[in-house]
Amino acid sequence: MYKNKLRKFDIIILLLGGLVLLFIISPLLSMFLATTPAQIFETSKDPEVLNSIWLTLWVSLAATVFFSIGAIPLSYFLARSNFRFKNLVNGIVDLPVVIPHSAAGIAILGFISRDTVLGKMGSAIGLNFVGHPAGIALAMAFVSIPFLINAARDGFENVPVRLEKTALNLGASPVRVFFTISLPLAWKNILSGLIMMFARGLSEFGAVIIVAYHPMITPVLIFERFGAFGLKYARPVSVVFIAVCLVFFILLRSLATEKKNAHA
Amino acid sequence: MPMLSIRNLSVKLGDFELNNINLELGQGDYYVLLGKSGVGKTVLLEIIAGLITPDSGQVFLNNEDITHQKIQHRKVGIVFQDYSVFPHLSVKQNIAYPLKGNKLSHKQKENLIYDYAEITNITHLLDRNTHKLSGGELQRVALARMLITKPQCLLLDEPLASLDVQLKGDLRNLLRKINQSGTTILHVTHDYEEAIALSNKVAVMHEGEIVQKGKTKDVFQNPANDFVAHFTGIKNFFIAEFNPPHTAHVNGVLEIHVSNEANIKSGKIIIRGEEIILSNTSLDSSATNNFKGTIKQITPYLVNYEIIVDIGIEISAVISEDSLNKFRFKEGNNVCVSFKSSAIKIIP
Repeated sequence: MYKNKLRKFDIIILLLGGLVLLFIISPLLSMFLATTPAQIFETSKDPEVLNSIWLTLWVSLAATVFFSIGAIPLSYFLARSNFRFKNLVNGIVDLPVVIPHSAAGIAILGFISRDTVLGKMGSAIGLNFVGHPAGIALAMAFVSIPFLINAARDGFENVPVRLEKTALNLGASPVRVFFTISLPLAWKNILSGLIMMFARGLSEFGAVIIVAYHPMITPVLIFERFGAFGLKYARPVSVVFIAVCLVFFILLRSLATEKKNAHA
Repeated sequence: MPMLSIRNLSVKLGDFELNNINLELGQGDYYVLLGKSGVGKTVLLEIIAGLITPDSGQVFLNNEDITHQKIQHRKVGIVFQDYSVFPHLSVKQNIAYPLKGNKLSHKQKENLIYDYAEITNITHLLDRNTHKLSGGELQRVALARMLITKPQCLLLDEPLASLDVQLKGDLRNLLRKINQSGTTILHVTHDYEEAIALSNKVAVMHEGEIVQKGKTKDVFQNPANDFVAHFTGIKNFFIAEFNPPHTAHVNGVLEIHVSNEANIKSGKIIIRGEEIILSNTSLDSSATNNFKGTIKQITPYLVNYEIIVDIGIEISAVISEDSLNKFRFKEGNNVCVSFKSSAIKIIP
């Protein structure tokens, strides 16, 4: 009796889950099927497309590396410290995930435009964030940094405090303990967070288009081709860019699997 | 002058409290802190090592106040119950960890690592990673890694708790060897046999306080109260009134013939289980205490059996397996219990 009920329940779960998977796969698959190999080949040679993909990749990577310098210590602090407003700080970290990204773009623009402190500082060294890869990097980092901070914080929380205390007791300085014990043991989570932040930066559109329409990152280029020439011209760029993103997606999934196996 | 001195130490951590702890360890002491789980033994070790700051009181090492000294600057080494061996480093890297920044040459460091691996009998494990090591091997790695720092005082948190009997024996010998080489050790455990086997001094902790301390022999022979008595493995510990002289009234239900001094009116009596004779019939012997009772429980130990007999009070006798088989004692049997008055220890 119980076995039959379980089977029916399993079938319902499989059906519902299958529908969701289909919902994810179908649009992507139809886009790939609607694009001919010749179109993909032509697009892959288009300098504007290649430049935008390259720009997207390196700016997202630069944003990830630059902001990790502050994000990883912050994660460590959040994992190890208990203070009165810790929940508030954790909430602030998650804020970019829940606010509309166009609104995030407006906020960033207001923060980096020429009449702001940061804008003036940039101008002093000949750097105008608006319409510059540095501005794009800020917009990408703003929306993607929660992924790194949360993953790294989870990683540090999983490192037994006792190991750090043991290292201190063995005469290591707190800095050495961080670099030789905490960081290596939390590294898988941190790496996962770095890839997640990088991948999320690659796909950002809403915040970037407000901060910098030019130089054009690929999501903006896809939008521009769609607006100017229609679906037929936007689709091959999307396919090529999705293929690039998939590489990172697969990398991320394989890392997560490795982590799961290591914990088993 | 004590080497390690803990003075009036108190700390409150949530619902848990350590109250006014005072302890002194001399150079070369093997001091065992005995108590049930959760009484604060580990907290005390962590305070000495600097991992927890006390609310009040002081810790002195060689007359220097180290209460607020940084963990990494104290010359007090702690080895935790879970070993805390670094899982991402090999055995050799674990032992070498404290040597970083040391001015020794590479060759000298290698020699040191080998020396301490040899002392702890793990030279064959040096190139292994730590994932597949047994509890005993991990304990030895943790000890080698700590000893290489040449701590003035070694703090051991239940070092034998999760080891099997064979490994326990081996590690006890190693700990003795470490202590005999001059390292002062403070060892916490819930196992009184460890205290007997290893220590020259012992302190018994109960509910965040030290209830008795002193030379191991003194504490085990003269337990201050029934908690210490039971905790130190003494089963037959009774409060008695001595009136008239040479007669101990226990719980108002039993009169025991004792050899006390006339001026002692009340106190505690201890009868070792090994001194109690059980028989199926009354014995004609020099024993002045002869009772009849019922066997309540028979519990096997490693080589002997503990038999609890109700003679008005429950008394514990220890007999060999051969005796148990010979006399065919069973739970519920009526037996005769005999012991000499000279076998009774009186603590005024």
